[in-house]
Amino acid sequence: MWTWFHRLASPPSFYRLAERLAPWLGAASLLLLLGGWIDGLMFAPADYQQKDAFRIIYVHVPTAAVSLSLYSAMAVAGVVAVIWRIKLAECAMMAIAPVGASMTAVALITGMLWGKPMWGAYWVWDARLTSELVLLFLYLGVIGLYQAFDDPRAGARACALLAIVGAVNVPIVKFSVEWWNSLHQGSTLLKMGKPTMSAAMAGPLYAALAGTMLFCAYAVLRRMQNELLVRERGTRWVGELQRAQAVDDRSASV
Amino acid sequence: MTKRQTRMVAVAGLIFGLGVAAALAFTAFRKNMMYFYTPSDLVAHTVPEDAKIRVGGLVVAGTVLRADDLDVRFTLADCEQTVPVRYRGILPDLFREGQGIVATGRMASDGAFVADEVLAKHDENYMPPDLKEALTTADGRHSCAPFKSVTGASPAVAG
Repeated sequence: MWTWFHRLASPPSFYRLAERLAPWLGAASLLLLLGGWIDGLMFAPADYQQKDAFRIIYVHVPTAAVSLSLYSAMAVAGVVAVIWRIKLAECAMMAIAPVGASMTAVALITGMLWGKPMWGAYWVWDARLTSELVLLFLYLGVIGLYQAFDDPRAGARACALLAIVGAVNVPIVKFSVEWWNSLHQGSTLLKMGKPTMSAAMAGPLYAALAGTMLFCAYAVLRRMQNELLVRERGTRWVGELQRAQAVDDRSASV
Repeated sequence: MTKRQTRMVAVAGLIFGLGVAAALAFTAFRKNMMYFYTPSDLVAHTVPEDAKIRVGGLVVAGTVLRADDLDVRFTLADCEQTVPVRYRGILPDLFREGQGIVATGRMASDGAFVADEVLAKHDENYMPPDLKEALTTADGRHSCAPFKSVTGASPAVAG
């Protein structure tokens, strides 16, 4: 099992695995997102009190959920990078950060657009909104810190520590609406017991959530491939890849 | 210990230490991190008249009185207590009897809360109109559970 693990963590085999996996993830995410959004925006019934305005949930909740999952994944990759010094984990961290930052930004912006017509304010400093904003700053901090180092390996180690320290914010975002009074409502998706969303509304939400997760997986894999190529340029496997690519290009142009 | 084991212990220690520090800090500052107080908190403590605070609760059915202009009076309730509210201004579209709201303002000398901003706090339930009966309690009200009293959280005096 460990040999399999080590083989997977070697850049060339991971690159090839990602190359095979990514198109499927991309296609599946496209299908789920299209299905979820068309169903959610056009066919799901309107809410009894928010009318059509609740439909922004089909973008807001999936992006907010993955903003937390991605940060957790980045922190776990950070732990692996610090303890085992695995290059692939460093690449994963640095590939996740911009994707997570984008998802956090989308969640914040769609939340503001939802807040104005429903609550009556774009922004309030309650626990949920504030901690999600802190999450965005943590992502931006990781990205910025990495850029500040000339040596990518030293930079990734510094970022790993920042990511691990910042992970304390993840449960705070998640449980802020339960621990404290907040203007933000509680979680719909993971609420057990009494159904809090009709099936016709929840179906597209789960589809959009799965689609957003797969899109993030796709984006992270592609960014990791890119990061690997940049870091490993000059090695034999990248050279072979380039030669194979050149042959492909020549045969395509003939 | 090998270097790797040392790093393992260091990371585990870092995560544990951060977790404990965060838990202690948030327990200590729980009251200060509440976005709003509840009617129970206002009844249980004396709030200085010039202190600007937020109070959140459900608009009690049958208490909303509108004057000819923008003046409106209503009663706000959590699971236990009620407090009368006066407000002059534009209410959010979701404002209605039984709805959760959060008002910012000051306590007046007559025991009423004078709000200068009212925001709607909707809940996490989404239903088509024909199924909405499934969401309210037996007496037709929304749940008062999201309005947590800080008084119950710790015995210290607020304000």
